[in-house]
Amino acid sequence: MTHLKIKKRLAQDKLMLWTVCLLATLTAVPLIAILGEVFFRGYDQLTWSFFTEPTPTAYKAMKAIEAGEPIPGGIANGIIGTMIMLGMAVVFAVPIGILCGAFLAENDKNRFAKTVSFLTDLLQGTPSVIIGIITYIWVVVPMKGYSAIAGSIALFIMMLPLIIRSTEETLKILPASLKEAGLALGGNKARVMLKVQLPAAFGGIFTGVLLAISRVIGETAPLMFTALGCSLIRISIDKPISAVPLLIWEFFNDPNLQDLIWGASLFLLLFVLSLNILAKYFAKKWNQ
Amino acid sequence: MNDKIYKAILFVTALIMPIVCGGIVYALVTDAYEAFEHFGFFKFLTSSEWSYTEGAEQYGALPFITGTLMTTLLALIFCIPFSLPVALFVGEYFKGTKIAAVLSTVTDLLAGIPSIIYGLWGFYTLRPIIMALNISPQGSGILTASLVLAIMIVPYAASLSTEFIKMVPNDLKEGAYSLGATRAEVIRKIIFPVAGSGIFSSYILAIGRALGETMTVTMLIGNTNNIPDSITSTGNSMASIIANQFGEADGLRLSSLIAIGLILFLITAVINMIGKMIIKRARIS
Amino acid sequence: MESVKTPILEFKNTCVSYTKQTMAVKYVSAAIERNTITAIMGPSGCGKSTLLRAANLMHNLYQNIQVNGEILLNGENILAMEPIDVRRRVGMVFQRPAPFPTMSIYDNVLSGFTLNGINLSKSEKDATVERCLKNVALWDEVKDVLNKKGTFLSGGQQQRLCIARALAMKPDVLLMDEPTSALDPIATKHIEELLLELQKEVTILIVTHNMGQARRISSKSMFMYLGELVEYDYTENMFTNPKDERTKAYLTGKMG
Repeated sequence: MTHLKIKKRLAQDKLMLWTVCLLATLTAVPLIAILGEVFFRGYDQLTWSFFTEPTPTAYKAMKAIEAGEPIPGGIANGIIGTMIMLGMAVVFAVPIGILCGAFLAENDKNRFAKTVSFLTDLLQGTPSVIIGIITYIWVVVPMKGYSAIAGSIALFIMMLPLIIRSTEETLKILPASLKEAGLALGGNKARVMLKVQLPAAFGGIFTGVLLAISRVIGETAPLMFTALGCSLIRISIDKPISAVPLLIWEFFNDPNLQDLIWGASLFLLLFVLSLNILAKYFAKKWNQ
Repeated sequence: MNDKIYKAILFVTALIMPIVCGGIVYALVTDAYEAFEHFGFFKFLTSSEWSYTEGAEQYGALPFITGTLMTTLLALIFCIPFSLPVALFVGEYFKGTKIAAVLSTVTDLLAGIPSIIYGLWGFYTLRPIIMALNISPQGSGILTASLVLAIMIVPYAASLSTEFIKMVPNDLKEGAYSLGATRAEVIRKIIFPVAGSGIFSSYILAIGRALGETMTVTMLIGNTNNIPDSITSTGNSMASIIANQFGEADGLRLSSLIAIGLILFLITAVINMIGKMIIKRARIS
Repeated sequence: MESVKTPILEFKNTCVSYTKQTMAVKYVSAAIERNTITAIMGPSGCGKSTLLRAANLMHNLYQNIQVNGEILLNGENILAMEPIDVRRRVGMVFQRPAPFPTMSIYDNVLSGFTLNGINLSKSEKDATVERCLKNVALWDEVKDVLNKKGTFLSGGQQQRLCIARALAMKPDVLLMDEPTSALDPIATKHIEELLLELQKEVTILIVTHNMGQARRISSKSMFMYLGELVEYDYTENMFTNPKDERTKAYLTGKMG
């Protein structure tokens, strides 16, 4: 009787193990499917001109399709737009985010710090499309037009909570002795933060910044209402500008340009995933 | 620089958070006001009309609230049978091994894929499959959007669940094994009860992510402004109606879209707050 | 009389290794008599806990651990048996008391049955809980709070609850891995008195760091050093007249 029961229980145990293994392994399928599809449909589009030329007009693309030629042009306008907006967002988000993170790490008990911490969570959880609406109301409406500035402000707002959290968490796990040793040597708090704590936390903060960049670089919705997009290569900050994800959206909606989707997606995907892997590598190295 | 100035600088920088968050609420409320005033707050929430014929404009949020809730709930249902096994695989069965590290890298990478690329994959790969299986004639709709959404939230639910499953003390597990339990019994009767509230919170936060997901849903949900009558019909979520119409809207329609944005913001904020609260409690105990 | 006592648990050339090169337990052979308390002593890292855990097949939970030789329970080699079957007949109490935090005191005592999927009737349950808690002298203290969580109890009470939990399965042998090292002296004394009572019902094999404890409660003692069983004798003999130099050094405090 008990022997039979043991057999049944062992069978259940095995069944559970195999179910877990099977279902867990299945989650790799979409990753492989997505990477595979984007790669095989996009790799032959990644030519030199794809990175140096702007998006063709729909008319030009149509002509090329009619003549049976590959669509001319590339995504240079998007790459430059992404770089400009991301650059501006990073320049502001990194120092402000680090200072806020330091503030949270140094004051974890007072009420204001608790509020700031709560708001950081709130902002981090806010859907990106809402950030788009907000930036539209704050920047696009008063400036009477879409612009790279508006786009970079949207990216800035999205990066901020990510950098704050990674800075705070990294500073908090530093051994307290490090700070105390610095203070004991007669350094004031600012000096100790600048010369001892932040350098010691560099790896963690750097990883956080990389992850923040990889998180916002593929964002589309907030840029639709702020940067809008532009088919020219533009290096100005007060006019509409393009970005790689905006171009993908444009290609998706324009039947004439659909051949460009996969090249642009492959580029974006490779960029984002290498940032992720790089961040993981740095995190591992820093943890040792 | 003395301590006082240093403290002041940190304090002033930290003010940016209340300013930004206060600004978000203020801007959403003031710009949504017109719509609420015109239709009435309650009426706006419960009306299912969305028509912009000039002179007879009628806007209500109900179809989009329904669309959002349906996609989120379905995504959650599809997500659990995969994220829970991933969490058990990484946090219990193969804890600390190379193969677990590989699987958690896989889920990390899944979390890193931009949502517009998920949308493309859903549109060009999943949609034809749905059509071929005769599930729905147009391929896009609530179901298609939810399936892709589920894949997108698996990493979030899995990584937090893993953390809580790993935290179950070895003492308890060995205690249970010493009484003759199998691993499956230890998981069901010790790990799940002990890590339960943590695992629960990971799904709340996954819901928080799914609610506001924009591009994927916009590309797959079919973009119709009616209340979806089944899971295979088309619809719009709060985020997708905004993504679709914000660029071309003005006046009352713009205000209505912003009002939908405000509702979405509030729902997400409440869900995230509940999730964080449960996590905090689970971490303390 | 002596010859009538057949060993209930017997180690035969038992070896335990964590890696291929090093053995944590080397060729240990010893027979444990029924209804006695046997203590295993030795300095940290001598393999005493490892040996004890092997008798409950705890090593099966960790892939890198290898056990060779034989461990006989009533003459059957447990290494060839199903772990979940063995563990019901060989109970184990660990160093740190760890009642299941999501279960009440009542459910903790019955957790062995729940975990094994055995359904008991309400009256069987009540009887088991009362019997086991009385066995560990905890009944009077907790009989009014049976539905409270076990984690509300003091350390000593928690450990007694864990002993009760193991006794509920009516094991032949109870293995104890330094069960009092996390407890204060008074709680320790309670547990020791309890064990002296319990040996009438169950054979006890206890790993201890505390020589005084071994002397107070055990009838036989093992001394292990660097994975080897150096000496195994009646406790009284070992303490008064150790045969091996290493045992003598340990007992006189010159080692570990």
